[in-house]
Amino acid sequence: MRALLSFIGYRLFRALITLWIVSTVVFVVMRLSGDPVPLLLPPDAPRSEIFRVRAELGLDRPLPVQYGVFLGNVLRGDFGRSIHFREPASRVVMGYLPATLELGLTAFLFAVVVAVPVGLLSAVRRNTFLDHATMGVALVGQSAPTFFIGILFILLLSLKGGWFPTSGRGTWAHLALPALTLALFTMASVARLTRSAVLEVLRADYIRTARAKGLAELLVVAKHTFKNAAIPIVTITGLQFGTLLGGAVVTETVFAWPGIGRLAIQSIYNRDYPVVQCVVFLSAVLFIVLNFLIDLIYGFLDPRIRSR
Amino acid sequence: MASSIPASAPAESAAVTLHEARAGRQARRARWQIAGGVGFVLLVAAVAVAAPWLAPHDPIRQSLRARLAAPTLEAADGKAHLLGTDHLGRDVLSRVIYGARVSLLVGFAAVLVGGAIGSALGIVAGFRGGWADSIIMTLADAQLAFPFILLAIGIIAVLGPSFPTLVVVIGLSGWVAYARILRSQVLSLRSREFVDAVHALGGSVLRIVVRHVLPNVLSSLVVIATLELARAIVLEATLSFLGLGVQPPTPSWGGMVHEGREYLDSAWWISTWPGLILMATSIVVSRTGDWLRDLLDPTLKGE
Repeated sequence: MRALLSFIGYRLFRALITLWIVSTVVFVVMRLSGDPVPLLLPPDAPRSEIFRVRAELGLDRPLPVQYGVFLGNVLRGDFGRSIHFREPASRVVMGYLPATLELGLTAFLFAVVVAVPVGLLSAVRRNTFLDHATMGVALVGQSAPTFFIGILFILLLSLKGGWFPTSGRGTWAHLALPALTLALFTMASVARLTRSAVLEVLRADYIRTARAKGLAELLVVAKHTFKNAAIPIVTITGLQFGTLLGGAVVTETVFAWPGIGRLAIQSIYNRDYPVVQCVVFLSAVLFIVLNFLIDLIYGFLDPRIRSR
Repeated sequence: MASSIPASAPAESAAVTLHEARAGRQARRARWQIAGGVGFVLLVAAVAVAAPWLAPHDPIRQSLRARLAAPTLEAADGKAHLLGTDHLGRDVLSRVIYGARVSLLVGFAAVLVGGAIGSALGIVAGFRGGWADSIIMTLADAQLAFPFILLAIGIIAVLGPSFPTLVVVIGLSGWVAYARILRSQVLSLRSREFVDAVHALGGSVLRIVVRHVLPNVLSSLVVIATLELARAIVLEATLSFLGLGVQPPTPSWGGMVHEGREYLDSAWWISTWPGLILMATSIVVSRTGDWLRDLLDPTLKGE
C-alpha cells in the first residue's frame, strides 16, 4: 500500500511539473509576442487609453509579478477574454470541447476495436500473406501524413463515392471519415504493438507447456497468450489516446469539424491569442491527466511497476 | 555478429550455419533496400536542386486563361501542363518540383538543429549528472508527455511563420531521442578507466566526446536522424497545410494540398499530386530508417 501511495505521489509530482513547464512556455511565448494592447483597441485609440488598458491588464508591472499573476490566473482557468468572441476564452473553448471529445473517443474506440484483433491474428498467423498485408498497411498508416489521408478519403469516399458528407458535424455519416482518419495512426501503432506483444508471449515456456499438454490452440491464444500480452497493449493504447488530441487539430481542420483543434487554428488566423493559449493549456491538462490515469492503471495491472 | 554465437555441439552448429546464412541473406537484402531508400532521397534532392532547369513552367506565375486545367499531354504553348494547373493557373508539376526544396531544406535543417541540441544536452546530462541531468531529463519527459504539434502551433502563431522559426520549432520537436542515446552512452563510458586516464593525461571532455563517445553512437545517430527526417518532413507539410508553414506563393507540398482542398470536387489534381509525392517520400524515408535500424542497431528496436 505504501509503495502504491508513493508511486501515485511520484506520478502526481511529475504531472504537476509537466503542467508547470507547459504554462511557463505559454507565458514566455506570450511575452515574445509583444504588446497585445493595440490588438484589443481600435487603431485610432488615444495614447492615454492604451496606457489605461495596459495598466488594467497588469502589463506595466515587473515581469516576475506578471508571471505570478499569470500562474494564479491559469490555476483559476482564467485565460482572459477572447478578442474575437468577446467572452471569456475558457468559456469559448469549453463550448467547442464536446465535439473534439466525441471525435477523439470514437476514433479511439474504432482504432482499438480494429487494431487489437488484427494484431492478434497477424501474430498467430505469422509470416503468412495476411500478416504481411496487414503489417504493410500498418506501416503506411504510421508514416503517411494524416492530413493527406483525410483529403484522399474526402476525394474517394465523399466526392467520387458519394457515401459520406465532406465536412461538418451532425449524423454518424459526418463522424465516420474524420474518426477513421484520426484513428489510422493509432490503429497502425496498436496493431503493430499487439502483434509484437503477442509474439513475445508466444515464445514463452508456459505457452509451450500449454501446447504440450494438448490444449486447443484457440484456448492457448485466448487464455494464456492474450491475457499476458494485455499489459503492454493497455499502456501503449492508453498513451495513444493523448496522441489523438494532437491529431485532432489536423483532422478537424481537414473535415471542418467544429472542435477545439479547428478553433485553435482559426483563432491563430484571428490573432485571438487568449483562445489559442487556453486550447494549448487545456489539451496539456487533458493529456497529462490521461497519462496519470494510465500510469495508475498500469500500476494496478502490473505490481512490478510500482516499485520503480 | 553472427560468428560470436557459440557453436558447442555439432548438431547445433548446423543450425547456427543455417541461422548465419539467413542473417546474411537478410543483411544483403537490407543493404539493397537501404540503397534504394537513399537513392530515392538523392533523386528528390537532385530534383530540388535542379528545379529551375527541370520545371517546365514558372511555379508562381499565374495565368487566368489556364485556370484549373486538367492534367494533359497536349501542349498548347509548347509545354504541356502534365499534372494540370491550380486555381490561379499555375503549373502543378513545376510547383511540385519546387516544393521538394522546401520539404528537404526544412527537413534536413530541422534534423541538424534537433540533433545538435539533443546531442549537446545529452552529453551535458551524462557528464555533469546531478541537477543538470535532472532538469534536462525532466524537460525531455515533459515534452514527450505532450502533443508537440499544439505547442508548435502556439509558438508559430505568436512568432509568425518564417523559415528559421519553422526549422527551430521542428528541430526542437525531435531533440529528445538524441539526448537519450548520448546520455546513456556517456553514462556507460564515464566510469570506465580509460576515460579517467584521458582525464589524467589532461584530455578535455570535448576530446573524450569526439574520440570515444561519438564513434560509439554514430550508427544510432544515423538511424535516429533518418527517422527524424521523415517526421520533420511530415511535420513541415502539416504546418504548411494548416497555413503555419512556408507562406505562399512559395510552393510547398503541404501548402499545395491546402490550396487544392477547396477545389477537390472540380480539380482533384491540385491536392493529390503533391500529397502523393509527400506520402511516398515520408514512407520511403521512414522505412529506410527502419531498415537502417535493423541492420546497424537492433537494440533500438524497442523505442
